[in-house]
Amino acid sequence: MEYDHILIRYGELSLKGKNRKKFIEKLQQNIQQKLTAFPDAKVKRTQGRMFVLLNGSDPQPIMDQVKNVFGIHSLSLAIKVENELEKIKEAALYALTNAENIRTFKVAVKRINKGFPVRTHELNQIIGGHLLSNTESITVDVHHPDVEVRVEIRGEATYITSGVVRGAGGLPVGTSDKTLLLLSGGIDSPVAGYLAMKRGVQIEAIHFESPPFTSDRAKQKVLDLAEKLTKFGTSVKVHVVPFTKLQQKIFQETPDGYGMTVMRRMMLRVSERVCQKEGILSLTTGENLGQVASQTMTSMNTINEVTNYPIIRPLVTMDKDEIIEISKAIDTFDISIRPYEDCCTIFVPKAPKTKPKRDRVNYFESKFNYEDLIQEAIEGIEVIKITDKKKEEDAFEGLF
Amino acid sequence: MIYLDNSATTQPHPEVLKSFEQVSTTFFANPSSIHQLGGETEKLLIKSKQQAAMLLNVHEDEIIFTSGGTEGNNIAIKGIALEHQGRGKHIITTEIEHPSVYEGCKSLETLGFEVTYLPVNQDGVVSVEDVEKAIRKDTILISIMHVNNELGSIQPIREIGEISKKNPKLFFHVDNVQGLGKVPLSLDDTGIDLCTMSGHKIHGLKGTGLLYCRRGVKLFPLFHGGEQEFKIRSGTENLAGAVSLVKALRLIKEREDTEAVELRKLSQYLREGLKKIDKVVVNTPRNAAPHIINFSIPGLKPEVMIHTLGKQGIFISTKSACSSKDLDESRIIKACGYNQSRTKSALRVSLSYDNTEEEIKTFLNKIVEAINQLKEVME
Repeated sequence: MEYDHILIRYGELSLKGKNRKKFIEKLQQNIQQKLTAFPDAKVKRTQGRMFVLLNGSDPQPIMDQVKNVFGIHSLSLAIKVENELEKIKEAALYALTNAENIRTFKVAVKRINKGFPVRTHELNQIIGGHLLSNTESITVDVHHPDVEVRVEIRGEATYITSGVVRGAGGLPVGTSDKTLLLLSGGIDSPVAGYLAMKRGVQIEAIHFESPPFTSDRAKQKVLDLAEKLTKFGTSVKVHVVPFTKLQQKIFQETPDGYGMTVMRRMMLRVSERVCQKEGILSLTTGENLGQVASQTMTSMNTINEVTNYPIIRPLVTMDKDEIIEISKAIDTFDISIRPYEDCCTIFVPKAPKTKPKRDRVNYFESKFNYEDLIQEAIEGIEVIKITDKKKEEDAFEGLF
Repeated sequence: MIYLDNSATTQPHPEVLKSFEQVSTTFFANPSSIHQLGGETEKLLIKSKQQAAMLLNVHEDEIIFTSGGTEGNNIAIKGIALEHQGRGKHIITTEIEHPSVYEGCKSLETLGFEVTYLPVNQDGVVSVEDVEKAIRKDTILISIMHVNNELGSIQPIREIGEISKKNPKLFFHVDNVQGLGKVPLSLDDTGIDLCTMSGHKIHGLKGTGLLYCRRGVKLFPLFHGGEQEFKIRSGTENLAGAVSLVKALRLIKEREDTEAVELRKLSQYLREGLKKIDKVVVNTPRNAAPHIINFSIPGLKPEVMIHTLGKQGIFISTKSACSSKDLDESRIIKACGYNQSRTKSALRVSLSYDNTEEEIKTFLNKIVEAINQLKEVME
C-alpha cells in the first residue's frame, strides 16, 4: 500500500459564484503545466475536489511543485481504496504510521456516500480502535491531535489522508487578467510581481536598459528574476526598452534634482503605451512609501499624473525587512543583490527633490518635445519570452 | 594492460574529457571580462562552484579551485602560517604526510616556525592523544592527512576534528587527496577548516583540484594578482578544468555509493592472495582504505619487481610516485617501525573501481612467477 493521490483543496475559489468553473479549470491547467517533468502524474477533478493521480510517481517532488501554485489552500497525500471496511482500516493505519513525529491522533470520518453500511460515529470508533491496537505509544487526542487521519467515503471510492501541507493561497494565475510589471533588477519589483501573481494576475514585465551605461549582465539579471517568477505562474514576457537616448536627453534638459522625477514619468508613459498595444489593463511597481526620494507621497502624486491606468503597488505600506523576507522566500534576493548598474542607478542627481511639484515638472517637460524619442524607444523594444525551462541549463547541459 | 597504480594517477574518464573539451571550445572567455562572453563564463564558474558545493555538502563560497593536491596543501599550510603567525608559530603534523605537506612544513621551519612531526604506530596511524598533547599555546595549525598515500592507513580525522573544535584558536587542515571517493569524509561540523582534494586521482585531469576553506577562515594568498577565487588564488580561472573536476567528482561519488562493497571485496581478495605467497609480507593494516595495499618482498629490490611486471604489462609502484625518485627507503614504512629489509623493498598496488578480480588473479600469478625466477638473485 502506498500514497497514490494528492488531494488538493481550493481556498477562496469556492466563493467565486458563477466564475467558479472558470477558476477551477484554470487551476487545473496551471497545476498540470507544473507537472511536465512527471509524465505519469495526471490532474483530475471530481465533484468539489481536485486530485493529482500519481500513477507510481514519487509524491514528494510533485508536492513541492504543486505547493507553489496559487489558488490552492492546502494539499494532502491520499490513498484511494474501495468502499470496504477492511481496506479502509488498513489504509488508515498506513496513513498514520507514515506520518512523522507524532504522539497523538484523531480520526475524522466523512460519510458523503450515505449508502455505506456503517454509520459515521461507529466508523470513527472502529477505525480509531484499529489504529490504537496496531501502534505503540500513540494515543488519541480529539482536541489537539498531532495528526488527523481523515477518511472520506464518497460514491466512487474512499480517500484516506493524514497530514495537511499549506498551499500558496491566492487565486490561480490567469484568472484576473494581465498587468505590466516594471522590473528594474532591485529587491522590490520581483516581490511586487509575485504578490500580484498571487491574486491571479498574469504578468508581463518591462525593463528599461541604457547601454552602454548598463551592461548585459544587468539585463541578464532581470531575465533571471523573471525566470524565478515563472515558477509561480506561466511564462513571462519581458519587454526590454532601449532607454539610453531618452534618458540622456531627460537629464540634459531637466535641472538637476528633477531628472529622476521626469525619468519615472517617462517610464510610465512608455509602459502605458506598451499596455495599450498588448491589451494589458494595469501597471505594477515595487514602489514603497517613503523608501527613497522618488517614493515620497508628493513624488508619487507627481509621477502618477501621466497615466490614468491603475498602478498596483503591492509593497506600498510594507517595511523593507518584510519585503526582503519575501524576496528570500521566493528566491529572488540573491539575484537582486548582484552589483550591476541599472537605469535607476545611473545619472542619479546628487540631491534628488523629495517634493517634486506637478507644475514645476510639467514646466520642465514642456521645454523639449520627447515624442519622437518615446516613439523610437517603443519601436526598439525587444520582447523576450521566459519560459519555465531554464535556458542556461540547456547551454550547460551535460557539462557536470 | 593491467593498471594498478591508481594512487599515482588515474585514467581520465571519457566524460570528464568531453566536458573539458566542450568548455574549452565554447566557454573560453575570461570570466572577469565584463562583456557578454565573460558573463556567460562567469555564470558557468558560479554554477560549477554550486555543483561542487552540493556534492561536498558545503557552501559555494567555501570552494577554491586549484591546480591539484600539491597546490591545495601549500595554499592551506603556508596560507595559515603566514596569515596567523602573529598568534603563534607552532604547527603539528605527522611523519607520514605527503611530501607537499611534509616539505612544506620543513620550508616553514627555515622561516622560524616550529613543527612537531608526530609518530605513527605500526599500523601507520597517529594517536589522538599524541595530537592533543602536542598542542601548545602558540599552535596555529594541525595538518593531518585522511588516507596515507603509500600505506592506505586511515587517520582518526573525526576525533582530531573534535580536538580542533575544543581549540578554537588553531586551524585543522586535512589532506584528502587519497581518501576522496574511496573513504567517506564529512566536512559538515567536523572541526575541519581546510581540506585538499585533487582531480587526477579520481579520473579527472592533471592540473585540477579544489581546496575547501571553511567560511571565516583567513589565508595569506601565495599568488597575488587579479584577486580571483576570493583573492586566495589569483590567476585566470581554469574554467574547463574546474567544470571537468566537478564532473569527475560527481562520477566518483556515484561509484562510491554503488561500488564500495565490490572494491572492498576486491581489496580483500588481493590481500588474501598476497599473504599466501611465500616471501611476501603485507604492510598495509587491516582496516585501511580499500584501494591501497602495500607489501614488501624482503631481499628483493623493488625496482626489479616493477620492471619484471612492467614487461608483462602490469603496472604497480614502489613507495609513492612523488617520492620514487629518492631510491632509498620508504619514509612512511620506516615511520611504522619496520626494519630496513622491509622499508627498502616496499611495493604498492593501488586499485580503482575499474579493476576486476580477473586482473588481480593474473597479477598474483605473475608475482609468484617472478619471485620464483628471481629467487636465486635474492639475498
